[in-house]
Amino acid sequence: MLNDMVNAFRESLEALDRVGAERIFQQALTQMTPVNVVEQIAVPALEQLGTGWERGEVALSQVYMSGRFCEALVDSVLPPSDPDRKHQPRSAIVVLSDYHMLGKRIVYSVLRASGFELFDYGRMDVDELVERVLADKVRVLLISVLILPSALKVRDVCAKLKAANSNVKVVVGGAPFLFDDRMWREVGADAMGRSASDAVEIVTKLMGEMQ
Amino acid sequence: MIPYSTNPLTMNSMQRTLTALGQHEPDRVPLFLLTTLHGAKELNMSIEEYFSRAEHVIEGQMRLLKKYRGDCLYPFFYASIETEAWGGTTHYLSDGPPLCGAPVIKCPEDVDTLQVPSVMDSPGLTRVLETIGGLKARVQNTVPIIGVAISPFSLPVMQMGFDHYIELIYEQPERFEKLMQANIAFSVEWSNAQLAAGATAICYFDPVSSTTNIPRELYLKTGQQVAKRAIAQIQGPTATHMASGRCLPIMSDIADTGTAVIGVSTLENLGLLKAAANKRMSLLGNLNGIEMRRWTPQQAELEVKRAIALAGRGGGLLLGDNHGEIPWQVPEEVLLAISDAVDRWGRYPLDWVEDWLAERDNGE
Repeated sequence: MLNDMVNAFRESLEALDRVGAERIFQQALTQMTPVNVVEQIAVPALEQLGTGWERGEVALSQVYMSGRFCEALVDSVLPPSDPDRKHQPRSAIVVLSDYHMLGKRIVYSVLRASGFELFDYGRMDVDELVERVLADKVRVLLISVLILPSALKVRDVCAKLKAANSNVKVVVGGAPFLFDDRMWREVGADAMGRSASDAVEIVTKLMGEMQ
Repeated sequence: MIPYSTNPLTMNSMQRTLTALGQHEPDRVPLFLLTTLHGAKELNMSIEEYFSRAEHVIEGQMRLLKKYRGDCLYPFFYASIETEAWGGTTHYLSDGPPLCGAPVIKCPEDVDTLQVPSVMDSPGLTRVLETIGGLKARVQNTVPIIGVAISPFSLPVMQMGFDHYIELIYEQPERFEKLMQANIAFSVEWSNAQLAAGATAICYFDPVSSTTNIPRELYLKTGQQVAKRAIAQIQGPTATHMASGRCLPIMSDIADTGTAVIGVSTLENLGLLKAAANKRMSLLGNLNGIEMRRWTPQQAELEVKRAIALAGRGGGLLLGDNHGEIPWQVPEEVLLAISDAVDRWGRYPLDWVEDWLAERDNGE
C-alpha cells in the first residue's frame, strides 16, 4: 500500500503532473503525520528519481522540477520553523568558484523536500567559504561544482578547514566527480554524492554518526 | 602479442576525415584531439592573453596540430564568447575555460524585448572569424577546420541560467518559442559566418538535448525541432555534440535533424552507439577527458584501443574526447600517448580487433 503510494507519487512527479502529485500527498496526509509523509512518501520517491537519473532513465529537468515542486509541498506542511524539521547536523551547501548553479539548486530542494534545513551559501571562493563555515560552525558542508578546476579547489577548502581544526564533513558532487570516481578522495572530501538523493542518504548517515 | 597494421599513411587529414564520414575505412582512424587551452601553454601565455588576439590562436592551433598529429584544427575560443555578443561578460580562469558571467536575461519578461545581435558587431566573434581565416590560409583544404556554435536550444543556459531555462521550457512555451526564434537567427548567422571564413564544418553544441538533461518526449517537441530548423539553414555540415551527456536513446532522432556526426559520452558504450547510429551519423568520442588528467601512457593506449575496437571498423569514427574540449589539466605526455596509440592501433585494416575483443571478454 505504502509502496503503491510512493510509486504513484514518483510517477506523478516524473510526469510533472502537479495535480496528481498533490492529490496523493494530501491523501497521505489523511493517514499519516506530516513528517511521516515526508519520510515515507516524498523521500523514497525522490530517491527513486535520483537513482533513475544515475541510470540514465530520468532526466535532470525532471529531477529539478520534481525537487522544486516537492520542496513547495513539504514547505506547506513542514514550514522552516517546524520543530520536526531536521536542523542537525548544522549543514550548508555552496557552489565553489563556479557559476553553474543548477546542481546546488537541485540538491538544496531535495534536501529541503526531505525535511532538512540548511544554509544556502550561493557561490563562494575558497577563502570566503572557509571563513563562513568556521563562523557558522557548520558540521556538514555540501560542495557542488561543474568544472574540473573548481573540483580540484576542494582540496584547498579541505586543507584550510583541517588547518583550522574544523570537524566539518565535506561532501562533494557534480560532473567532474561523476566522470572520475577517484577524485573525491584525491581532493580530501569525506564523501561523494552521485545524485541529490545520494546527498539525503549521506547527510542522514552523518547525522546518525554525529548524534 | 596481437599484431597491428604497419600500412603506410596515404591520406591527408581532410581525405582521412571525409573517408571516415563516408562510412568507409581511411588509412587510419582520424584523431580529433580537441585542444583549445593547451595553445596558451604552447605560447607560454595566460589563457586570457592567448584568446585576446587571433594570431595567438592561429599559432597555437598550428603548433598543437603538429605536436599531437591530430586531424583537425579547432578554432573554438570559449562558449561565453557567444553571450558576449548578447551583452554578457566572461570571467577568465588561470587553469580552465573562461566562464560566463551574470545572465543577460534576468527575468523571463526580458525575452520579449530581446534584440538579436549582429555577429559582425561582436569583437569576440570577429576575432574567431579572423582566426578561422588565418588557419584556412595556412592549411587550405588539407585539414578540416571545425567551427563551433552553441545550439539555439542550449544557449539559454548561459543567457538565463539552467534552472530558469528549465522552468521556461516547461511553464512558458510561448516565451520559449520567442527565445528560440531569436537564438536560431543568431546561431545560423554565426555558423554561416564561420563557414564563409573557411570552417569546414560546424560543431553544434547541444548538451541540453541530451537525455541526461531532458527526457526524449520533451526533446522531440523542443531540442529536435530547433535543431531541424537551425541545421537546415546552416550552409555546411554539422556535428552535433552532447558535451558529455547521454544520447543513446535518441540517436535516430538526432540523425533526423540532418546532422552528420554526433559527439558522444564516455557514460555510454561506443559499440552500442555505433550500432544505433546505423551509418546515418559518424561518432566523435568518447575518451574520458576528466580521467585523462591522471592516465598513464599505458592507460591512454588501452583507452584508445578500446574505442577503436568498439567503433572503428568500417569507418564512421572520429576519435576524440567526450566533452568537446580537453581540460587544461591533461598533461602533454598523455596527449602524446593518445596520438602514438592512434598511430599504432588506428591503421586500417583493424585486423587486431576481433582477437583483442575476444581476449578482453575472456579476461572479464
